[in-house]
Amino acid sequence: MIIEIGHYALVLSLATSLLLSVLPLIGARRQDAALMALAPIGSVTLFGLVALSFAALTWAYAVSDFSVANVWENSHSLMPLVYKLSGVWGNHEGSMLLWLLILVLFSAMVAVFGRNLPDSLRATVLSVQAWIGTAFLLFILLTSNPFVRLNPAPAEGQDLNPVLQDPGLAVHPPLLYLGYVGFSVCFSFAIAALIEGRIDAAWARWVRPWTLAAWTFLTAGIAMGSYWAYYELGWGGWWFWDPVENASFMPWLAGTALLHSALVMEKREALKVWTVLLAILTFSLSLLGTFLVRSGVLTSVHAFATDPTRGTFILAILSFFVGGAFALYAWRAPELKSGGLFAPISREGALVLNNLILTVSTATVLIGTLYPLVLETLTGEKISVGAPFFNLSFGLLMIPLLIAVPFGPLLAWKRGDLLGALQRLYLVAGLSLVAGFVLFYLEHGGPVMAGLGLALGFFLMLGALADLWFRSGFGKLAFSVAFARFKGLPRSAFGTALAHFGLGVTVLGIVAVTTFETETVVEMKQGQTVTVGGYSLVFDGLREAVGPNFTEERGHFTVSRAGVAVADVWSSKRIYTARRMPTTEAGILTFGFSQLYVSLGDPMADGGIVVRIWWKPWILCIWGGALVMMVGGFVSLSDRRLRVGAPSRRAKPVKALMEPAE
Amino acid sequence: MTRKQKRLAVIAGGVSFILAAVLIVMFAFSQSIAYFYMPSDLAKAEVSPGTRIRLGGLVEEGSVVRGEGSKVSFRVTDGGESVPVSYTGILPDLFREGQGVVTEGTLTPARAFVADSVLAKHDENYMPKEVADGLKQKGVWKDPKEATR
Repeated sequence: MIIEIGHYALVLSLATSLLLSVLPLIGARRQDAALMALAPIGSVTLFGLVALSFAALTWAYAVSDFSVANVWENSHSLMPLVYKLSGVWGNHEGSMLLWLLILVLFSAMVAVFGRNLPDSLRATVLSVQAWIGTAFLLFILLTSNPFVRLNPAPAEGQDLNPVLQDPGLAVHPPLLYLGYVGFSVCFSFAIAALIEGRIDAAWARWVRPWTLAAWTFLTAGIAMGSYWAYYELGWGGWWFWDPVENASFMPWLAGTALLHSALVMEKREALKVWTVLLAILTFSLSLLGTFLVRSGVLTSVHAFATDPTRGTFILAILSFFVGGAFALYAWRAPELKSGGLFAPISREGALVLNNLILTVSTATVLIGTLYPLVLETLTGEKISVGAPFFNLSFGLLMIPLLIAVPFGPLLAWKRGDLLGALQRLYLVAGLSLVAGFVLFYLEHGGPVMAGLGLALGFFLMLGALADLWFRSGFGKLAFSVAFARFKGLPRSAFGTALAHFGLGVTVLGIVAVTTFETETVVEMKQGQTVTVGGYSLVFDGLREAVGPNFTEERGHFTVSRAGVAVADVWSSKRIYTARRMPTTEAGILTFGFSQLYVSLGDPMADGGIVVRIWWKPWILCIWGGALVMMVGGFVSLSDRRLRVGAPSRRAKPVKALMEPAE
Repeated sequence: MTRKQKRLAVIAGGVSFILAAVLIVMFAFSQSIAYFYMPSDLAKAEVSPGTRIRLGGLVEEGSVVRGEGSKVSFRVTDGGESVPVSYTGILPDLFREGQGVVTEGTLTPARAFVADSVLAKHDENYMPKEVADGLKQKGVWKDPKEATR
């Protein structure tokens, strides 16, 4: 019964969504307050219905109702409850429902928090959101219905793919979707602006919090996914340039560009037309990602078992929204008035550079991801574009951007002083070089370029701190005055500094781990010792163990440094009983920011076992940096100025105080 | 500089950056594209030793031989031809005889294949896409869903 209620709620959502797609839009055209008022009510109702439907599916998973085909295919009665629940989105149908739930959640949030928006803008935005909702509701109901029943009901389920039976599944997809579905709000705002034919700084102020929120979640989602792949797959890699990783990375890059260009638009009314384009582009890339993952055109860890109708359907959705949005853009964008002139060397100029590099590198990733697909469709030739392509092209393009980051915030709006910024940063640059090469010397080894790479990481970190330092006037003003100014800095200034600092930490981690990591593949018998990264590992033998729905062979290692036992670690190979599927559970030991990563290979005929051990120096910096960026996002989001509807600060002097003393 | 000159300078800068990016992309492509072959295509194709390619097919039954340490050799077949492959490292969890596999590496002058990466499927219903397509063409494809149910 509950399942039917869920199914019914989903059908009702479609009806609601259809009404919502049309009526408020007509209302906005005719300035009919009653029709426009339908938008917020409808959006909240829609959220309620989809949430009800999602709850019904979750309930089916919680009680292991195998009469539901989706539950039967992806669950097992012996699984721990947390995996039963996260298993709801561990499959195509359920994860589409989660995608939809998050979409309507964002609509409902715009409805609730957007009370200060002009009525017609809010109605139009919510209508556009409802178009997207309608498209995906149709997709779910017609091709991917999670509520299909089985008769007779099987007694036991087929189990969830073991790789997915991990706490990572509970966190990674929701965060990721909050990110890339969140960009739908920016898209809807852009389309609404084009329909209304009017756009101004206020528009940018309304869009920025949504962009920032989506960006923050996407950062967290990608980092979480990367860490999950790192510890779960047993290959010790943290980024594979897998097409599906790229699919989430491209919206992130474009979203980062959008975040910065919206800043220019908000402060200086410039780059309007470009910002609208970026907003469209970012969500288009999110949709493209959805298409790549769901259509089965790609070989990937994330590929769902699919049938071709789904791919075609999503391609239709993709073409409709992307094509429609660009057509609307081509038609209406010339009517948007541009404003705000600025010199090439200025804060705006720096942000334009940021946008140029980010969009070009997004294009690079896009080309590398799609080229094999296009070539196969056109010529039938099958090629693969591997990690070296992305490392070379993307890596080279990023370097100028990373060098420019610390300069940006130090330049003034309108006309900046590059020489002044250089004078402020040369000490920072010198310190970073020293720090980079000291670290390089301590870890000994690797090409000299790595020293420069490490220095770049430090330059970003110290540059972010220098920005706060100079803004507060430390060193120029009395300490107490500077400290008071420091405390008075807007939250967004701290957000920027944190995000840039986090970027530096990530860069540091990436350079360090790529340069200094060591990999040892060795056959070990009980009692043998191997030395990796200054630690000795003694293999104490294998033992069998039984889990709730798997059996495993666990290898135990005692780790010592300079003859003193410091830790021990288990590493195992599991067989999941229901699917007869083996997985590798790596043993990971953390020392500071570095990790020792032990994974088991195949047993040998003579009783030994192949063991693969990595020493991964500074690797935690990669995700630590992303975490700092995320905190930066939230800090910035809590800035009073960004809160939708917060009255602008009245006292001008306060604002003057925030500017760096020139 | 007049405003017009400034604008020109900015546009020239942007365009040259994009040009540089295009050159980098083309260079990177020339360095890192690997073509995909099935064993019988490989027998016909002229692939010079040392060129990076991907070889896919089924792991031939009874062909897996484990050597010293983590050395492994096996044959990849598509029902017609088969190619000997040697690999050093840990095989993926789902590497099994009779199952689909994609390997990446280079040919030796003796037309043997030295792989530096081996990919198998991710779960029991899933076959690497290139391999599935290739096998369908060769007519030796069995739907894994029908096979398991």
